[in-house]
Amino acid sequence: MNETGTNIEWFRRGLKNGIPIGLGYLAVSFALGIAAKRAGLTAFQATLASLLCNASAGEYAGFGVIASNAPYVEMAVITLIINARYLLMSASLSQKIPSDMPFAHRFLMGQFITDEIFGAAVTVEGPLNPFYQYGLAASSLSQWALGTCLGVVVGNVLPARVVASLSVLLYGMFLAIIIPPARKSKVVFGLVAASFAASYIFSILPVFSSMSEGSRIILLTVALSLAAALLFPIPHEED
Amino acid sequence: MGRNPYIYIFIMFGVSYLIRVLPLTLIRRKIRNRTIRSFLYYVPYVTLSVMTFPAILYATDNPLAGLLSLIAGILLAFLGAGLFPVAIACSAVVFLVSFL
Repeated sequence: MNETGTNIEWFRRGLKNGIPIGLGYLAVSFALGIAAKRAGLTAFQATLASLLCNASAGEYAGFGVIASNAPYVEMAVITLIINARYLLMSASLSQKIPSDMPFAHRFLMGQFITDEIFGAAVTVEGPLNPFYQYGLAASSLSQWALGTCLGVVVGNVLPARVVASLSVLLYGMFLAIIIPPARKSKVVFGLVAASFAASYIFSILPVFSSMSEGSRIILLTVALSLAAALLFPIPHEED
Repeated sequence: MGRNPYIYIFIMFGVSYLIRVLPLTLIRRKIRNRTIRSFLYYVPYVTLSVMTFPAILYATDNPLAGLLSLIAGILLAFLGAGLFPVAIACSAVVFLVSFL
Protein backbone atom coordinates (compact mmCIF):
# COMPACT_ATOMS: atom_id res chain seq x y z
CA MET A 1 0.00 0.00 0.00
CA ASN A 2 1.19 3.51 -0.80
CA GLU A 3 2.41 5.04 2.44
CA THR A 4 2.24 8.67 1.38
CA GLY A 5 -0.73 11.02 1.57
CA THR A 6 -2.29 13.73 3.65
CA ASN A 7 -4.24 13.03 6.81
CA ILE A 8 -7.52 13.43 4.93
CA GLU A 9 -6.42 10.97 2.25
CA TRP A 10 -5.45 8.44 4.92
CA PHE A 11 -8.78 8.95 6.68
CA ARG A 12 -10.70 8.33 3.43
CA ARG A 13 -8.62 5.25 2.71
CA GLY A 14 -9.42 3.96 6.18
CA LEU A 15 -13.14 4.66 5.73
CA LYS A 16 -13.17 2.62 2.52
CA ASN A 17 -11.16 -0.32 3.83
CA GLY A 18 -13.27 -0.40 6.97
CA ILE A 19 -16.52 -1.08 5.09
CA PRO A 20 -16.12 -4.88 4.76
CA ILE A 21 -15.02 -5.06 8.38
CA GLY A 22 -18.13 -3.08 9.32
CA LEU A 23 -20.42 -5.49 7.46
CA GLY A 24 -19.03 -8.40 9.45
CA TYR A 25 -19.32 -6.39 12.65
CA LEU A 26 -22.95 -5.53 11.97
CA ALA A 27 -23.97 -9.20 11.80
CA VAL A 28 -21.82 -10.39 14.67
CA SER A 29 -22.71 -7.54 17.03
CA PHE A 30 -26.39 -8.26 16.38
CA ALA A 31 -25.83 -11.58 18.13
CA LEU A 32 -23.95 -9.70 20.85
CA GLY A 33 -27.00 -7.48 21.34
CA ILE A 34 -29.16 -10.56 21.86
CA ALA A 35 -26.69 -11.74 24.52
CA ALA A 36 -26.81 -8.28 26.13
CA LYS A 37 -30.58 -8.36 26.27
CA ARG A 38 -30.45 -11.80 27.89
CA ALA A 39 -28.10 -10.32 30.49
CA GLY A 40 -30.80 -7.78 31.29
CA LEU A 41 -29.24 -4.73 29.63
CA THR A 42 -31.28 -2.03 27.88
CA ALA A 43 -30.55 -1.00 24.30
CA PHE A 44 -28.87 2.17 25.58
CA GLN A 45 -26.64 0.27 28.03
CA ALA A 46 -25.66 -2.36 25.44
CA THR A 47 -24.90 0.29 22.78
CA LEU A 48 -22.88 2.27 25.31
CA ALA A 49 -20.90 -0.87 26.18
CA SER A 50 -20.14 -1.49 22.49
CA LEU A 51 -19.20 2.15 21.81
CA LEU A 52 -16.82 2.17 24.78
CA CYS A 53 -15.38 -1.34 24.68
CA ASN A 54 -15.11 -2.37 21.00
CA ALA A 55 -14.47 -5.98 21.94
CA SER A 56 -16.32 -9.07 20.73
CA ALA A 57 -15.11 -11.82 23.01
CA GLY A 58 -14.53 -9.39 25.86
CA GLU A 59 -18.03 -7.92 25.72
CA TYR A 60 -19.61 -11.32 25.27
CA ALA A 61 -17.87 -12.60 28.39
CA GLY A 62 -18.65 -9.33 30.16
CA PHE A 63 -22.37 -9.69 29.45
CA GLY A 64 -22.08 -13.19 30.90
CA VAL A 65 -20.60 -11.69 34.06
CA ILE A 66 -23.50 -9.21 34.24
CA ALA A 67 -26.03 -11.97 33.63
CA SER A 68 -24.65 -14.02 36.52
CA ASN A 69 -24.52 -10.93 38.78
CA ALA A 70 -20.91 -11.80 39.62
CA PRO A 71 -18.68 -9.55 41.76
CA TYR A 72 -17.30 -6.43 40.03
CA VAL A 73 -13.76 -7.75 40.42
CA GLU A 74 -14.66 -10.71 38.22
CA MET A 75 -15.60 -8.26 35.46
CA ALA A 76 -12.20 -6.57 35.79
CA VAL A 77 -10.25 -9.83 35.78
CA ILE A 78 -12.11 -11.46 32.90
CA THR A 79 -11.88 -8.28 30.80
CA LEU A 80 -8.16 -8.17 31.50
CA ILE A 81 -7.62 -11.83 30.57
CA ILE A 82 -9.83 -11.94 27.48
CA ASN A 83 -8.58 -8.63 26.11
CA ALA A 84 -4.94 -9.33 27.02
CA ARG A 85 -4.16 -9.82 23.35
CA TYR A 86 -4.73 -6.09 22.82
CA LEU A 87 -1.67 -5.51 25.00
CA LEU A 88 0.38 -7.31 22.40
CA MET A 89 -1.28 -5.48 19.51
CA SER A 90 -0.83 -2.14 21.24
CA ALA A 91 2.82 -2.98 21.89
CA SER A 92 3.18 -3.89 18.23
CA LEU A 93 1.54 -0.65 17.06
CA SER A 94 3.88 1.30 19.34
CA GLN A 95 6.69 0.09 17.08
CA LYS A 96 4.87 1.24 13.97
CA ILE A 97 4.37 4.91 14.80
CA PRO A 98 7.07 7.60 14.97
CA SER A 99 8.50 7.98 18.49
CA ASP A 100 7.57 11.68 18.46
CA MET A 101 3.88 10.91 17.86
CA PRO A 102 1.84 13.19 20.14
CA PHE A 103 0.21 11.51 23.13
CA ALA A 104 -3.26 12.64 22.03
CA HIS A 105 -2.95 10.35 18.99
CA ARG A 106 -1.62 7.50 21.10
CA PHE A 107 -4.56 7.78 23.50
CA LEU A 108 -7.05 7.79 20.62
CA MET A 109 -5.41 5.07 18.50
CA GLY A 110 -5.40 2.70 21.46
CA GLN A 111 -9.16 2.90 21.84
CA PHE A 112 -9.63 1.58 18.29
CA ILE A 113 -7.47 -1.52 18.53
CA THR A 114 -9.56 -4.54 17.56
CA ASP A 115 -8.45 -7.80 15.94
CA GLU A 116 -9.63 -6.64 12.52
CA ILE A 117 -8.54 -2.98 12.68
CA PHE A 118 -5.14 -4.05 13.96
CA GLY A 119 -4.96 -6.57 11.11
CA ALA A 120 -5.71 -3.83 8.57
CA ALA A 121 -3.42 -1.25 10.20
CA VAL A 122 -0.32 -3.46 10.33
CA THR A 123 -0.55 -4.22 6.61
CA VAL A 124 0.38 -0.57 5.90
CA GLU A 125 3.97 -0.35 4.76
CA GLY A 126 6.16 2.01 6.71
CA PRO A 127 4.92 4.21 9.54
CA LEU A 128 1.22 4.15 10.36
CA ASN A 129 -0.73 7.39 9.95
CA PRO A 130 -3.20 7.60 12.87
CA PHE A 131 -5.87 8.97 10.54
CA TYR A 132 -5.90 5.65 8.68
CA GLN A 133 -6.80 3.97 11.97
CA TYR A 134 -9.50 6.61 12.63
CA GLY A 135 -11.02 6.03 9.17
CA LEU A 136 -11.09 2.27 9.71
CA ALA A 137 -12.68 2.78 13.11
CA ALA A 138 -15.30 5.26 11.87
CA SER A 139 -16.72 2.94 9.20
CA SER A 140 -16.45 -0.33 11.13
CA LEU A 141 -16.99 0.39 14.82
CA SER A 142 -20.08 2.49 14.08
CA GLN A 143 -21.59 -0.72 12.69
CA TRP A 144 -20.46 -2.56 15.80
CA ALA A 145 -22.50 -0.20 17.99
CA LEU A 146 -25.46 -0.15 15.57
CA GLY A 147 -25.61 -3.95 15.39
CA THR A 148 -25.50 -4.27 19.17
CA CYS A 149 -28.39 -1.81 19.47
CA LEU A 150 -30.43 -3.62 16.82
CA GLY A 151 -29.77 -6.95 18.50
CA VAL A 152 -31.32 -5.72 21.73
CA VAL A 153 -34.26 -3.95 20.06
CA VAL A 154 -35.17 -6.40 17.30
CA GLY A 155 -33.67 -9.61 18.69
CA ASN A 156 -36.81 -10.66 20.56
CA VAL A 157 -39.27 -10.09 17.72
CA LEU A 158 -37.40 -12.50 15.48
CA PRO A 159 -38.60 -16.14 15.22
CA ALA A 160 -36.96 -18.47 17.74
CA ARG A 161 -35.04 -20.42 15.11
CA VAL A 162 -33.56 -17.22 13.67
CA VAL A 163 -32.42 -16.12 17.13
CA ALA A 164 -30.97 -19.60 17.75
CA SER A 165 -29.09 -19.37 14.45
CA LEU A 166 -27.72 -15.92 15.24
CA SER A 167 -26.55 -17.06 18.67
CA VAL A 168 -23.74 -19.08 17.06
CA LEU A 169 -22.49 -16.15 14.91
CA LEU A 170 -19.97 -15.12 17.56
CA TYR A 171 -18.64 -18.64 17.87
CA GLY A 172 -18.22 -18.69 14.10
CA MET A 173 -16.24 -15.47 14.34
CA PHE A 174 -14.06 -16.93 17.08
CA LEU A 175 -13.39 -19.98 14.89
CA ALA A 176 -12.42 -17.70 12.00
CA ILE A 177 -9.81 -16.10 14.29
CA ILE A 178 -8.32 -19.25 15.86
CA ILE A 179 -8.42 -21.83 13.06
CA PRO A 180 -6.25 -20.18 10.34
CA PRO A 181 -3.23 -19.82 12.70
CA ALA A 182 -3.89 -23.39 13.92
CA ARG A 183 -3.56 -24.52 10.35
CA LYS A 184 -0.18 -22.84 10.00
CA SER A 185 1.27 -23.80 13.38
CA LYS A 186 1.23 -27.27 14.94
CA VAL A 187 1.66 -25.73 18.38
CA VAL A 188 -1.41 -23.50 17.98
CA PHE A 189 -3.31 -26.47 16.54
CA GLY A 190 -2.43 -28.58 19.55
CA LEU A 191 -3.22 -25.71 21.89
CA VAL A 192 -6.68 -25.17 20.38
CA ALA A 193 -7.39 -28.92 20.61
CA ALA A 194 -6.12 -29.05 24.21
CA SER A 195 -8.24 -26.00 25.09
CA PHE A 196 -11.38 -27.60 23.64
CA ALA A 197 -10.69 -30.80 25.58
CA ALA A 198 -9.83 -29.08 28.86
CA SER A 199 -12.83 -26.77 28.59
CA TYR A 200 -15.13 -29.72 28.03
CA ILE A 201 -13.64 -31.70 30.94
CA PHE A 202 -13.94 -28.68 33.24
CA SER A 203 -17.59 -28.24 32.25
CA ILE A 204 -18.48 -31.74 33.47
CA LEU A 205 -16.08 -32.33 36.41
CA PRO A 206 -18.00 -31.71 39.67
CA VAL A 207 -15.54 -29.28 41.31
CA PHE A 208 -14.88 -27.16 38.23
CA SER A 209 -18.36 -27.19 36.72
CA SER A 210 -19.63 -25.33 39.79
CA MET A 211 -17.19 -22.45 39.09
CA SER A 212 -18.60 -19.50 37.16
CA GLU A 213 -17.94 -19.62 33.44
CA GLY A 214 -15.74 -16.54 33.72
CA SER A 215 -13.53 -18.09 36.39
CA ARG A 216 -13.13 -21.23 34.31
CA ILE A 217 -12.08 -19.18 31.28
CA ILE A 218 -9.53 -17.28 33.36
CA LEU A 219 -8.11 -20.41 35.00
CA LEU A 220 -7.80 -22.34 31.73
CA THR A 221 -6.40 -19.38 29.80
CA VAL A 222 -3.65 -18.65 32.30
CA ALA A 223 -2.74 -22.32 32.84
CA LEU A 224 -2.71 -23.39 29.19
CA SER A 225 -1.09 -20.21 27.80
CA LEU A 226 1.63 -20.33 30.42
CA ALA A 227 2.26 -24.03 29.75
CA ALA A 228 2.47 -23.34 26.02
CA ALA A 229 4.76 -20.33 26.58
CA LEU A 230 7.14 -22.42 28.69
CA LEU A 231 7.05 -25.53 26.49
CA PHE A 232 6.96 -23.82 23.09
CA PRO A 233 8.35 -20.28 23.36
CA ILE A 234 7.82 -18.37 20.14
CA PRO A 235 10.94 -17.49 18.16
CA HIS A 236 12.33 -13.98 18.39
CA GLU A 237 11.03 -11.62 15.74
CA GLU A 238 13.50 -10.61 13.09
CA ASP A 239 12.48 -6.96 12.78
CA MET B 1 -29.84 -8.00 38.45
CA GLY B 2 -28.65 -6.73 41.83
CA ARG B 3 -25.57 -4.80 40.84
CA ASN B 4 -25.47 -1.62 38.77
CA PRO B 5 -25.02 -2.35 35.04
CA TYR B 6 -23.31 1.02 34.48
CA ILE B 7 -20.60 0.12 36.97
CA TYR B 8 -20.05 -3.19 35.16
CA ILE B 9 -19.86 -1.34 31.82
CA PHE B 10 -17.51 1.28 33.22
CA ILE B 11 -15.17 -1.41 34.63
CA MET B 12 -15.22 -3.23 31.29
CA PHE B 13 -14.40 0.03 29.49
CA GLY B 14 -11.71 1.12 31.95
CA VAL B 15 -9.83 -2.17 31.86
CA SER B 16 -10.15 -2.53 28.06
CA TYR B 17 -8.93 1.01 27.53
CA LEU B 18 -5.92 0.69 29.82
CA ILE B 19 -4.90 -2.56 28.12
CA ARG B 20 -5.08 -0.90 24.72
CA VAL B 21 -3.45 2.39 25.52
CA LEU B 22 -0.72 1.61 28.08
CA PRO B 23 1.68 -0.25 25.76
CA LEU B 24 1.10 2.33 23.04
CA THR B 25 2.03 5.18 25.37
CA LEU B 26 4.68 3.51 27.54
CA ILE B 27 6.58 1.12 25.29
CA ARG B 28 9.09 2.59 22.92
CA ARG B 29 11.10 -0.59 22.50
CA LYS B 30 10.21 -4.20 21.77
CA ILE B 31 9.27 -6.56 24.59
CA ARG B 32 12.32 -8.77 25.01
CA ASN B 33 11.15 -11.31 27.59
CA ARG B 34 10.47 -14.42 25.57
CA THR B 35 8.10 -16.05 28.05
CA ILE B 36 5.92 -12.94 28.36
CA ARG B 37 5.79 -12.51 24.60
CA SER B 38 4.93 -16.19 24.13
CA PHE B 39 2.28 -16.06 26.84
CA LEU B 40 0.63 -12.99 25.26
CA TYR B 41 0.85 -14.65 21.87
CA TYR B 42 -0.98 -17.80 23.02
CA VAL B 43 -3.62 -16.11 25.19
CA PRO B 44 -6.18 -15.25 22.48
CA TYR B 45 -6.19 -18.77 21.06
CA VAL B 46 -6.81 -20.43 24.41
CA THR B 47 -9.44 -17.88 25.47
CA LEU B 48 -11.42 -18.05 22.26
CA SER B 49 -11.18 -21.87 22.15
CA VAL B 50 -12.36 -22.21 25.73
CA MET B 51 -15.23 -19.77 25.07
CA THR B 52 -16.30 -21.61 21.93
CA PHE B 53 -16.32 -25.19 23.14
CA PRO B 54 -18.41 -26.73 24.59
CA ALA B 55 -20.54 -23.52 24.78
CA ILE B 56 -21.48 -23.74 21.08
CA LEU B 57 -23.21 -27.08 21.80
CA TYR B 58 -25.50 -25.44 24.33
CA ALA B 59 -26.07 -22.16 22.45
CA THR B 60 -29.28 -23.62 21.00
CA ASP B 61 -31.64 -26.29 22.41
CA ASN B 62 -30.17 -28.80 19.97
CA PRO B 63 -26.58 -29.88 20.76
CA LEU B 64 -26.37 -31.69 17.41
CA ALA B 65 -27.04 -28.42 15.57
CA GLY B 66 -24.27 -26.80 17.60
CA LEU B 67 -21.87 -29.63 16.81
CA LEU B 68 -22.61 -29.48 13.07
CA SER B 69 -22.21 -25.71 13.20
CA LEU B 70 -18.84 -26.12 14.92
CA ILE B 71 -17.65 -28.62 12.31
CA ALA B 72 -18.80 -26.39 9.44
CA GLY B 73 -17.05 -23.38 10.98
CA ILE B 74 -13.78 -25.24 11.53
CA LEU B 75 -13.81 -26.66 7.99
CA LEU B 76 -14.54 -23.31 6.33
CA ALA B 77 -12.00 -21.43 8.45
CA PHE B 78 -9.47 -24.14 7.71
CA LEU B 79 -10.09 -23.67 3.99
CA GLY B 80 -9.36 -19.96 4.38
CA ALA B 81 -12.84 -18.39 4.51
CA GLY B 82 -12.98 -15.00 6.26
CA LEU B 83 -14.65 -13.86 9.44
CA PHE B 84 -18.00 -12.98 7.88
CA PRO B 85 -18.51 -16.12 5.72
CA VAL B 86 -17.52 -18.45 8.57
CA ALA B 87 -19.88 -16.73 11.03
CA ILE B 88 -22.77 -16.78 8.53
CA ALA B 89 -22.15 -20.44 7.65
CA CYS B 90 -22.27 -21.46 11.32
CA SER B 91 -25.61 -19.66 11.63
CA ALA B 92 -26.96 -21.15 8.41
CA VAL B 93 -26.21 -24.68 9.64
CA VAL B 94 -28.19 -24.13 12.86
CA PHE B 95 -31.03 -22.56 10.86
CA LEU B 96 -31.20 -25.48 8.41
CA VAL B 97 -30.97 -28.15 11.13
CA SER B 98 -33.94 -26.54 12.90
CA PHE B 99 -36.18 -27.65 9.99
CA LEU B 100 -35.15 -31.32 10.25
